[in-house]
Amino acid sequence: MATDSHGMGGRDPQATPGSFGAGEPARPFEGQHHARGYEGALDAPLKGRQMVVNLGPSHPAMHGVTRAVVALEGETIVEMKLDIGFLHRGFEKSCENVTWGQCFPYTDRLNYVSSILNNVGFALVVEKLCKMEVPLRARYLRVLTGELHRICDHLTLVAAMGLELGAMTVFLYGIEARDLIWDRLTEICGARLTSNYVRVGGVSRDCPDDWPAKVEQTLARVAELRETIDKLLTRNRIFMDRTRGTGVISREDALDFGFTGPCLRASGEPYDIRKAAPYLVYDQLDFDVPVGKNGDNFDRYLMRMEEMRQSDRIVRQCLRQMEPGDIVVQDFRYVLPPKPQVYGTIEGLMAHFKLVMEGIKVPAGEAYSYTEAANGELGFYAVSDGGGRAYKLGLRAPGWPMVAALPHMTKGALLADLVPTYDSINMIGGEVEQ
Amino acid sequence: MASDLDTTPVIATRREEATGFFQRMVSKGLGWARKNSLWQYPYVTACCGMEYMSVSSARYDIARFGAEVPRFSPRQADLLLVVGTINCKQAPILKRVYEQMSEPKWVIAFGVCASSGGFYDNYATMQGIDRVIPVDVYIPGCPPRPEQVLDGLMLLQRKIQDQQHKLIDRAQVPTLAQGGGERR
Repeated sequence: MATDSHGMGGRDPQATPGSFGAGEPARPFEGQHHARGYEGALDAPLKGRQMVVNLGPSHPAMHGVTRAVVALEGETIVEMKLDIGFLHRGFEKSCENVTWGQCFPYTDRLNYVSSILNNVGFALVVEKLCKMEVPLRARYLRVLTGELHRICDHLTLVAAMGLELGAMTVFLYGIEARDLIWDRLTEICGARLTSNYVRVGGVSRDCPDDWPAKVEQTLARVAELRETIDKLLTRNRIFMDRTRGTGVISREDALDFGFTGPCLRASGEPYDIRKAAPYLVYDQLDFDVPVGKNGDNFDRYLMRMEEMRQSDRIVRQCLRQMEPGDIVVQDFRYVLPPKPQVYGTIEGLMAHFKLVMEGIKVPAGEAYSYTEAANGELGFYAVSDGGGRAYKLGLRAPGWPMVAALPHMTKGALLADLVPTYDSINMIGGEVEQ
Repeated sequence: MASDLDTTPVIATRREEATGFFQRMVSKGLGWARKNSLWQYPYVTACCGMEYMSVSSARYDIARFGAEVPRFSPRQADLLLVVGTINCKQAPILKRVYEQMSEPKWVIAFGVCASSGGFYDNYATMQGIDRVIPVDVYIPGCPPRPEQVLDGLMLLQRKIQDQQHKLIDRAQVPTLAQGGGERR
């Protein structure tokens, strides 16, 4: 194979027999591109030497960290190999060295565009182990802030996709809208993008009194900007030509590769964990799951636009349905006691000391929680031995199957089509490479 | 930081004085020009990239400081912005990119991961980029707010203004590979 001799390693001797890794030829599938046939011998390009191009690891279209080794025949991709690990920062191992509560900042930086969704996913696995019931207001706040962050994530994708296909204006509008949402998130949790908002048993702060009204104003402005982006891109001839029919993956192949989230729905499979296995308060909210049919880059873009509208609806419903109440469980084995009790009573002081020094005593056992993050199913698998720290923590990154499928999706496509495909699957280095 | 040219010897001939004055003026002019036209190479790897997007967009607008042109070729850039975590696999590439940039060049460590490794104190992450390349300005924060980034940029501009600039530099510029700055 063309790329084998370029430092990418050879076949894996321990791979499952019959798999691609064991040297078997890749299974052909429907969505695959084929180089266009030529009408006459004169139109066909001259036969040239195969060229190997190295994209990345520091390349703007590779989102910073991935290295793609592409074997080209003219401009057609013959074969592609991905080399990842340039942002591996030891998430799972780091979490085993800190208490359960201290894992939250690490989860923030998995998918740094939508950090509260990661916080929620991790909180749910710990709460599953503790068999804990979270107060209703906390659940609403989690959904509310999470959906705001989902809008941020999709805005970033659409903005970056526009930018990389030559529409700089879209990028500026997208970032303006994102900054507005970050202002609201700063008011509730103190940070712009690495929020660290969720706690085991609830959330860290209640929202300020005038916050809901401000959120509605922000949503109105964001909707305006979103519609502007929609007008600039969705019927744009250049954008349509670049994205329609490129990076196609059929429903069956998407399922085989383990796609979830917007990328799977763009291929026509209406699977959304918020509907299939509702958690928090999603069963009490009214929203639709958009489904595409072609599974190409354009459909994946449309999914994001439509999901932003649905998230908008969810946030407004949360604001209307939310009622005053507790924001964390009142159990000092899990939650820090309020400061007057810490300074005034010995029980409060002891609970505080134990929580800070030893961490939450999560009952021994193992659990898996799965939530719908912005890119798909975000799974946390935790094993506890009853001490204050995670015995083992596993992460199922939503972006991983999409990255794994990329060589198949771009086989036979033009090199230029690799860029929108890479954009629309929304690979986030933090979560994929952990 | 005072310029080297500011400390002229006490006894100097008229010719030397005149040359010194001329060189000082050239140095100041070059410094002014260079600090206001920084072409950056954004070495974006992780979370800080999101804040980098904000910094370069309309609200915070890095263009006000003449640094709005991102160049993705190290040959065309004179400011290396290291945005995000650099791990052990990435480090040799960062060093290569730095060495490919032509003189004069400056480096900003954007965010706490690039400055010191941050809270990723583990087997995979490099504990600060200054283990492989020299850094001019460190911007703390995880990630830093855009205001903080702009402050760091202004700090670098002051530094550039105060440095000694020459029209032609005939001296051999020591590279890291020869200069012994390499970490074992």
